[in-house]
Amino acid sequence: MLRQIEGSRAIAETVALCRPEVVCAYPISPQTHIIEAVGAMVKAGTLAPCEFINVESEFAAMSVAIGASATGARAYTATASQGLLFMMEAVYNAAGLGLPIVMTLANRAIGAPINIWNDHSDAMAVRDSGWIQLFAESNQEAADLHVQAFLLAEELSVPVMVCVDGFILTHAVEGIDLLEQSFVDSFLPPYEPRQVLDTKAPVSIGAMVGPEAFEEVRYLAHLRQLDALERIPEIAQEFFEATGRESGGLVRPYRIEDAEVIVVAMGSVLGTLKDTVDERRNAGELVGVLGVTSFRPFPSEAVRNALANASQVVVLEKAFSIGAGGVLSTDIAIAMHRDETILRTVVAGLGGRAITRRSLEKVLEDASHNQLAPLTFLDLDHEAVDRERARMQATRRSGPSAENLLRDRNTVSQGAKE
Amino acid sequence: MTSQRVHFYQIGSFAVGNRLLDQEERTVQAQADRANSIDSGHRACQGCGEALGARYALDAAMRATNGQIVAVNATGCLEVFSTPYPETSWRIPWLHSLFGNAPAVATGVAAALRVKGVKDVRVVAQAGDGGTVDIGFGCLSGMFERNDDVLFICYDNQGYMNTGVQRSAATPPAARTATTEAVGPEPGNTFGQGKDLPRIAMAHNIPYVATATVADLHDLERKVERAMEIRGARYLHILVPCPLGWGSASDETIHVARLAKESGLFPVFEAEGGVIRSVSRIRRPVPVEEYLSLQRRFAHLFGAHPRPDVIARIQSMADENIARYGLFAPESAEESV
Amino acid sequence: MFQVRIHGRGGQGVVTAAEILSVAAFDEGRHAQAFPSFGSERTGAPVVSFCRIDDREIRTHEPVMEPDAVIIQDVTLIHQVDLFSGLSPDGYVLINTSRGFSELGFGNFFNEYRSERLMTCPATDIALEQIGRPFPNAALLGGFAALTGEITLAAIDKAVREHFVGSVGERNAAAAATAFDYVTSKAGEVARASTN
Repeated sequence: MLRQIEGSRAIAETVALCRPEVVCAYPISPQTHIIEAVGAMVKAGTLAPCEFINVESEFAAMSVAIGASATGARAYTATASQGLLFMMEAVYNAAGLGLPIVMTLANRAIGAPINIWNDHSDAMAVRDSGWIQLFAESNQEAADLHVQAFLLAEELSVPVMVCVDGFILTHAVEGIDLLEQSFVDSFLPPYEPRQVLDTKAPVSIGAMVGPEAFEEVRYLAHLRQLDALERIPEIAQEFFEATGRESGGLVRPYRIEDAEVIVVAMGSVLGTLKDTVDERRNAGELVGVLGVTSFRPFPSEAVRNALANASQVVVLEKAFSIGAGGVLSTDIAIAMHRDETILRTVVAGLGGRAITRRSLEKVLEDASHNQLAPLTFLDLDHEAVDRERARMQATRRSGPSAENLLRDRNTVSQGAKE
Repeated sequence: MTSQRVHFYQIGSFAVGNRLLDQEERTVQAQADRANSIDSGHRACQGCGEALGARYALDAAMRATNGQIVAVNATGCLEVFSTPYPETSWRIPWLHSLFGNAPAVATGVAAALRVKGVKDVRVVAQAGDGGTVDIGFGCLSGMFERNDDVLFICYDNQGYMNTGVQRSAATPPAARTATTEAVGPEPGNTFGQGKDLPRIAMAHNIPYVATATVADLHDLERKVERAMEIRGARYLHILVPCPLGWGSASDETIHVARLAKESGLFPVFEAEGGVIRSVSRIRRPVPVEEYLSLQRRFAHLFGAHPRPDVIARIQSMADENIARYGLFAPESAEESV
Repeated sequence: MFQVRIHGRGGQGVVTAAEILSVAAFDEGRHAQAFPSFGSERTGAPVVSFCRIDDREIRTHEPVMEPDAVIIQDVTLIHQVDLFSGLSPDGYVLINTSRGFSELGFGNFFNEYRSERLMTCPATDIALEQIGRPFPNAALLGGFAALTGEITLAAIDKAVREHFVGSVGERNAAAAATAFDYVTSKAGEVARASTN
């Protein structure tokens, strides 16, 4: 049913339709509205049978999910940012054990400096953990992806993280078409674990594995992700046939057929990008967008095919590897393996800085005139950075840079207003 | 041993010989149909107190539940020596996740069982002292506070033995470890530090808290069985000497454990609902020297440069325990608890 | 696309106002998107929320940079926050105050703007009268409907009743209607004044 509701609410209600049996949560902005809503449904008895457990940390949240999943229960949790890092050891463990936990990641920057706003640094920090990572472009997709995530996770015994832009999507109220219980029940069969703690057939799970088999265990995990490359588009297709909605899949091209410049991005910025591309198209520029929905497994072949005819690829990333550059860009470069295509990285939207259509238009314009630097930081105040560099040069005890920069930028912006 | 009377007690152990008991009072280990939860062939050191404690505790839990036990294990000696894949010693469903999360994983197992309406299967989580008092403490406190239906067993060997004998918050003062070397004016571990986890557990108002040692296996089994009669968060803290880390002879494990209790350094008691219900009284009081001198980790307190001042401080700790728990009792002689 | 920016202070229901407006537009069969200017939850701090209304699917997720209308919930924000950034000369302004627009000390700032689209409305007074509590949201939305014609009072009425249950909903709906009438009649005065 189409309703005008908050993204978090839609995610929570969709998760409930998936009949999770154990939900554990520790609050962190901007994930809170999701777990509050699930908790209320359990408390009210509308989501039953389900155990909702208020844990003492994100580390415990993932650990409870591990125990529950290994006991054969469908387990769900949600987190963001520092919470994901705090549970990182258990995040790797869940994947290593092959437990099909589904987790919503309300994408948020990582401190210091502490920042509660959206970017993709958190998701990037666990990209090698063995979790499948799916990025939602809209709240509709965010909700829909959760059903697909449970199906995918349980089929392959691999945990799945649904990455949803914090605040931008989680806190936006939009028209969202929620699925029917009967559909979800038919789409998502009950969880049948490959391994389970069962007193009738005891097994040891999580035993030590030495050099004699560790590489094989890891390679098997890789193969399961490659299996996911097959299943993700199939599941999206089944979902499309049943609902008419294009949610999920590996990549999502938009007006790329004849595009000379293609912008690659993930998450909610894709909507703004599409609007921008429409506008530039009207101005006669041959530009297009490629959204990457499945970041892990990385759909190298689909990316390669989509970008085959572009003369320039601009990867717009909400995260970067400090001291190196783009993260998604690296995967794109390896997938393309084409020297003749110009590859550019634009880092944007860090710590919640708004990615405006105006700035994106400038990116596309610069790209069309081949004027983009290999690595660009969108809307970066270079002068403020230079001033802080000068302060650091001038005095040893220059103080905390984050605070200095904040003071600097506030002073300048206030001066400009007066 | 010339004056030792061999009558009701065997070789001064105060443990009642099984053969002298009625069939139903004999230990679980004396039964032919014991569960062998942790089977022979594991890779623990000779004289390992933890292997012994785990075997007794889990088999007792198995008997108490008709074999319906799921075990969760923290990283540590017990996990390592029992499972180099594929040679697992576990004959019960067993899950190892991480070092610091065993209580939370156990919460998850218990939640899954509850949501599935499985009432007869019970959860035991186990960890060494590091996985309990240090890295697992946050998760343990959370599990206690929520009163999740888990029996958590700490096998306390007073240090990080698996990694090469480093200090934990359960390492006693003056003890030499690899990170509290027996050098300088105050050799060994520092006084005035460490956590008393049984009392911390009691402060959570969980239904059952008990301590035990591998010197009194009847008592240990009985406490496990009592714990399994109760629902909610339960805590059992078992002192398990480590010949490697303590520098004690591998055939002295039981003896050393008994002296820990008899000296008053390790009080053995049982509490329900945050109130102490019973105390294992000291039968034959011994000075702490008798306990300390059997362990190389305290060797720097004896020998060429003895430290009677340090021993006196340790003795005063024992005396405080004796006073706090009433470990001396007028009628101590025949009382078993 | 019609874009609205709402300024207020934490605790006044800025986010709720945008949400109710989006629900009202949704109920009229249009596409709508409401979202807050994401910050920590501090009562009294300046807060902004946004609402977009369109007849097509709304794909963008950037903040509203060039609003078609600005609603000011708290008049004390004037001269403290850059309230009218990006507002075009055709834009609407609705300010919650019992004073008139010309009394607010804007000087020549709005000279280029269309005066019939600049309006004040004593929404808090109306709320105190109708609801008994100083929550100006519903009244401001009623005033917004009258000022812009972008949404009907009926849709606001329905959305308000959906959000506030029972008698609270009744009273909020009454506040919206009162403000609607207030702004309608005031707009009539302005129109007559400009034609005379």
